[in-house]
Amino acid sequence: MPVPILKQGEVLIASIQAALSDRDLAALRDELADRVGRFRIRGVVVDVTALDVLDSFASRTIRSIAYITKLRGADTVVVGIQPDVAFAMVQLGLTLDGVVTALDLEEGLEALRLIRRDALGTG
Amino acid sequence: MEPVETCIPIVTDVDVVTARQKGREIAAAHGFSATDQTLIATAISEVARNIVSYAGRGEIALSPIDEHGRQGILVVARDSGPGISDIALAMRDGFSTANSLGAGLPGAKRLMDEFEIMSTVGVGTTVTMRKWAR
Repeated sequence: MPVPILKQGEVLIASIQAALSDRDLAALRDELADRVGRFRIRGVVVDVTALDVLDSFASRTIRSIAYITKLRGADTVVVGIQPDVAFAMVQLGLTLDGVVTALDLEEGLEALRLIRRDALGTG
Repeated sequence: MEPVETCIPIVTDVDVVTARQKGREIAAAHGFSATDQTLIATAISEVARNIVSYAGRGEIALSPIDEHGRQGILVVARDSGPGISDIALAMRDGFSTANSLGAGLPGAKRLMDEFEIMSTVGVGTTVTMRKWAR
C-alpha cells in the first residue's frame, strides 16, 4: 500500500497508515528522494504512529530516508514511534543515529522550524 | 483441546508482514501484554525476513504452548535454503552477509525467552523460539 505524502509549503508529510512491506518502505524512500527535488522541499516529516513494528529493515530504511533527503537539501524528522516499538528497537540493538525524532506531528513540524531557523542564522 | 499450529508460507516481503501480524494475534489471545506482543511480532519479522533474504522460501509455524499452566508461544521458522556454515558468526551482533544490518538473528534472540538454531549447509535452517507470558 503506497504511503500518502502531503505537501505543506516547503514540507512533505509522509503519513504511514498501515503496516508496510519492505517494498512499500523502499518505494516511500525513493518517492521522497524524488519529491524533495521536484518541489524544492526543505523538510520532511515521516509519521510512523501507525506502525506496530519497526524491525531492522524498517529502521535502516527510515535512516536512509533521513540521510538521502539530507543530501538533497532537506531535513527529516521521524515522529510517532510508539513506546512498545521503541522498547523492541532498543532490545534489537537498533538505533536511528543522526536522525531527528519527535513525539508527534506537531512537535515534528516545530523541530523542522527550529532546524531551519538555526540554518538561516535568524531568530 | 490440542493447540492449533498456524503455518504461514514465507516467499515475499508481504508474507513477512502477514507472519508477524498473525504472531501478534496469537500472542494477544494467549495472555501476552501489548509490549510482549510487539517484541514477538518484531522477532518473527526478523526470522521471516531471514528466510526471504537468504533462503528464498520457507515457512513460519506459530503455536500457543501451555506448560503446567504457563502460557507461551512457539515460533518455528523453517527453510530449505543454503544453510548457515558458521552459526556462531551468524549469531554475532553486526554480522550480515545480505542486507539486514546483522541485527536479525541475534536481535530476535534477545526479544524472545528461548532461541535455538539448527542449520545444515545445503539442507536448510530451522530457528525455534519461545516466549512465555508473564
